[in-house]
Amino acid sequence: MTEQNEYPESGRVPTRVIGTPPADAPIEEHDPIHVPAGVEGVIPQDPVKVRKAERMVAFLFLITFLAGAAFIAAYVIFQVGTIDKTAASNYALGGTLALALLSLGAGVTVWVRQIMPKYNLVQERHLMASDADTRGYVKETFLQGADESGFVKHRLLRRTLLLAAAPLGLAPLVLLKDLGPLPGTSLRHTVWGEPMKGGKPRRLVVEGTGQPIRAADFNSPGGILSVVPEGYEEDLNALAKATLILLKFRPEEIKSGTNKNWTVDGIVAYSKICTHVGCPAALYEQTTHHILCPCHQSTFDAADGAKVIFGPAARPLPQLPLGIDEEGYLVAKSDFKVPVGPSFWERGDAEAEVREKA
Amino acid sequence: MNAPPKAITGPSTFLDDRLGAGNFLKRNLRKVFPDHWSFLLGEIALYSFVILLLTGTFLTFWFKPSMGEVNYLGNYAPLYDVRMSEAYASSLHISFDIRGGLLVRQMHHWAALLFVAGMTAHALRIFFTGAYRKPRELNWLIGVGLLTLALLEGLTGYSLPDDLLSGAGLRITQGVAQSIPIVGTYISFFLFGGEYPGHDVIPRFYTIHILLIPGILLALISAHMILMWVQKHTQMPGKARTEKNVVGAPFYPAFMAKSGAFFLFTFGVIALLGTFAQINPIWLFGPYNPANISAGSQPDWYMGFLEGALRLMPAWEINFLGHTVTFSVLIPALVPMGIIMTGLALYPFLEQWVTGDRREHHVCDRPRNNPHRTSIGISAITFYGILWLLGANDEISSVFHIDLYTTTWVGRFAVFIGPAIAYWITYRICIGLQRKDAEVLSHGVESGVIKRMPNGQYIEVHTPPAEDIAEHIRGKKEIPMLVGSADGDGIPPKGARSAIGRLRTKMSEAYGTDHVPLTDGHHNGHHEEEHAAVGAGERKELH
Amino acid sequence: MIGTGISVNSITARRRHPLARVAVVALALGLLGGGYALAAPNGSTADAAIASGKADDAAEGKSLFVAHCASCHGFNAEGSNKAPTLIGVGAAAVDFQVSSGRMPAADAGPQAPRKPRPDWATDQAIDQLSAYVQSLGGGPTRPTEEQVNPALGDPAKGGELFRANCIQCHNFVGAGGALTYGKYAPPLNPATPTQIYEAMVTGPQAMPVFNDSTITPEQKRDMIAYITHVRSQVDPGGSGLGRIGPVTEGLVAWVVGLSLLILASIWITAKKRRAQA
Repeated sequence: MTEQNEYPESGRVPTRVIGTPPADAPIEEHDPIHVPAGVEGVIPQDPVKVRKAERMVAFLFLITFLAGAAFIAAYVIFQVGTIDKTAASNYALGGTLALALLSLGAGVTVWVRQIMPKYNLVQERHLMASDADTRGYVKETFLQGADESGFVKHRLLRRTLLLAAAPLGLAPLVLLKDLGPLPGTSLRHTVWGEPMKGGKPRRLVVEGTGQPIRAADFNSPGGILSVVPEGYEEDLNALAKATLILLKFRPEEIKSGTNKNWTVDGIVAYSKICTHVGCPAALYEQTTHHILCPCHQSTFDAADGAKVIFGPAARPLPQLPLGIDEEGYLVAKSDFKVPVGPSFWERGDAEAEVREKA
Repeated sequence: MNAPPKAITGPSTFLDDRLGAGNFLKRNLRKVFPDHWSFLLGEIALYSFVILLLTGTFLTFWFKPSMGEVNYLGNYAPLYDVRMSEAYASSLHISFDIRGGLLVRQMHHWAALLFVAGMTAHALRIFFTGAYRKPRELNWLIGVGLLTLALLEGLTGYSLPDDLLSGAGLRITQGVAQSIPIVGTYISFFLFGGEYPGHDVIPRFYTIHILLIPGILLALISAHMILMWVQKHTQMPGKARTEKNVVGAPFYPAFMAKSGAFFLFTFGVIALLGTFAQINPIWLFGPYNPANISAGSQPDWYMGFLEGALRLMPAWEINFLGHTVTFSVLIPALVPMGIIMTGLALYPFLEQWVTGDRREHHVCDRPRNNPHRTSIGISAITFYGILWLLGANDEISSVFHIDLYTTTWVGRFAVFIGPAIAYWITYRICIGLQRKDAEVLSHGVESGVIKRMPNGQYIEVHTPPAEDIAEHIRGKKEIPMLVGSADGDGIPPKGARSAIGRLRTKMSEAYGTDHVPLTDGHHNGHHEEEHAAVGAGERKELH
Repeated sequence: MIGTGISVNSITARRRHPLARVAVVALALGLLGGGYALAAPNGSTADAAIASGKADDAAEGKSLFVAHCASCHGFNAEGSNKAPTLIGVGAAAVDFQVSSGRMPAADAGPQAPRKPRPDWATDQAIDQLSAYVQSLGGGPTRPTEEQVNPALGDPAKGGELFRANCIQCHNFVGAGGALTYGKYAPPLNPATPTQIYEAMVTGPQAMPVFNDSTITPEQKRDMIAYITHVRSQVDPGGSGLGRIGPVTEGLVAWVVGLSLLILASIWITAKKRRAQA
């Protein structure tokens, strides 16, 4: 700025440039401000505009009426049942309802903006706190009441009241005890450990078809099956712990982390329940042998004892000891040696215990 | 109208004779409410809640909260004769066999998403404008409670239809509950009536979802409204607006009509979404089975940050004395939620402690005028946002073809670095905006008019800002600061001598220092001012 | 249109093509060979191909193979450090990979994407190529039209198997999903019933194998029936939002829902600015 601002006001400066509010001219010069007749801060609207707005509002309300009527008609006309009919009904009912509501809302908005006066009312605020006199009075009254009640003076009264309240306060909590059985050791076992009638080991069956699996049939390397215990195909509690993924490897692909004694012809069974928080870990890449849990992306190396190679899971997926029965079907030789699924306080390092025993 | 019609005088006299309602109405009919678009954000949540109650009641007429198993024999062919819970079968029945059932179910779900979104936006508005300050701290705490309850309400509702997606959410909830040290196993067994999934959780969640939490929500929302009413709404800074008044439109008729219109808009938008945007297509997910899961199983958006936290946490579990603690579940499940909710709840009190400010505040701050608060808010949003984004990293990976683990690794670093960068950037932006404000007041605004001087120089005409804008800017308040520096004798005040005291003083100084004090222009009395627009070495450029 | 496609329309459309006669013969031979190969026990398919007169196809296929595949898979399909051996992968694998445009691969990404077929990869060329690779070491053969006809399957039964075996990677409606290191389970929407079947029996790329002895061909047809039924089904609740679940729903709630309501709130509270009175 090399020069002082000495230019007088002149016609060369426009009163309004877009984006630059002028200092002293009303923006809407054609909209004269009506000085309110009586109440300060209540500025009536221009009657000409009010009449125009009234027609607009009436039009919007009329749309609401028509759309509302159409909604009722749509309810009668459009039946549901098939997916296409439901789609038509949903569009008809929802479309008319939305139109009715939005147009009513728009009508009320135009009404309040263009027919009701503009308001600039001012109300006073006061401190929230009560004044000192009031506080003093309340304090006095409180002390007086406390004295009168004898709560302060009679110690025995006070103490027995507290004593009386204690068990009553606990009662609701006690009542909640029967919400569920105590865990016991149930999280450590699955139904794979229960033998079938006659002491036969439990077969593995394909989830969804219930077919038992012959080791000779599950013969394509890179194969995967979701497997459930025979006899528990529809028991969700059992499935939540006992579901397996069954994988077929070429024998040379299996690494040391996998217990080869628990495999049959390169067929390995792992718990499908993620050791992180229990989602079924089931995305299997046959090229890399990664098992990926879709919930939080814990990744396990299926060829190497399902050890964790990425993500939040801290433990490998437990491996189930597999065997075959006399008919050549895959069976569980025993239960999992460690608890399946997410960790819990009482779990402890079950894997280390198994290693020690071995 | 000269006299109210008889249809109104009759009943109102009847009521007033018995309730004395006239006194209340006398004080409140013309209660003044300030106008600002952001003051309606909370109403999105309020009206969504009303719509949730209405649509939810409709759904209860047909929903069967039972885990008893049935074979589905309804109209949806791809699930015909499939075994499923009664809860899922009845949800299918509502969707396909009840006229309007699908619409209402979808509206209920959209309203739920908007309920939490509205609350979030509202809470952010309160935070950034400092509207939580005295005397409104209690209402702020109620709000934090409402937000927490809303998350629980959403979680229980998400689990009810018992489709495969809702079951995945339930499974994760159970896994998290089970990982809690000492009591986790018991919590899980008591919640599910034994082993997961059991047969009790849906009826129990149903009671929690339709009775317990909505009851508490209703009570807290009422308290929230009453406090707002009693304490009167805050207002934005502006002409004639002070800490001792409230400027705006009367409750009756203007604010009432505006609120009513906004309720209709909220209802309308939810109906629009329920009609044209399919939400939670339970029939596509199939019935829940703990052995199955779909790729891209996600929670609703408000749980996304927890999902993201669980995903980016590295494996960490310790064993001692036969016990197990899974930090890779506990930390992500509890820490981000704890930071955000506790941080929200404590902020008003921490700010008071730092500034030593015990005054009442009724005029909102503009976010730029309290740069540290705004930066803290934005960095919290960044923290939340990164976790939230990571909750969808599988979709991001699959849509944009980015390696899944790369997204996780980026998230692991970004969750720490992002908030820091956001803090710094926000702080600079706030200061920049303050400078702009100061310039508007001292130099006026660019008029866009270029003048050529007799000597050939070009200048741009500046005009003073409109008065309402100027007043809005002048509404900037000084942030109080603790007096911590040594007095004349070199002795700091008593409270500032301890280590905490010194820290507090330092923070107070940083928090309260105004780097860009407003100075009204040197041109008072002038109506225009020129700035050189083009000139040798001039910083103003003609754009 | 793929493989042994014998729909009347496609035949009508191609009747006047100069190669029509050859194609008809090839199709007939392919059907015959395919049927025989299915009936024949595993491993002897090479003999079967020769016995059924497919040797000519195989010879044609070999020249196609040398021209388009051998640079990576080796001149005798023995594989190289760039690509696996194709001995024993079977005709189904060739048909899946070439008909979906995945092979020949364009570049060495984490995984070959579906893309438009090159011009040379006509149905006939694929038939010949398949016959050649089948003749090398057997492997899964291509399914018959009947085996993949969705109309003959039970979608509800297939849905249960689909949920048990497929959706963990391909998502609940086959919209696809992410795998590790940049790999992904592709969406199933563009896949033909034949390709879906072939993918199950051959396990292309990272996908595991679902062989016919554990998931029977009938069960595979049920799954195909479910997949095709659900993907062609309308979304009764409005736009399906990509059918990927709550991520897009949350996005719409914020971007559409909240934005519309903020616009409404701005309209309701906006003031026409007036200068001071």
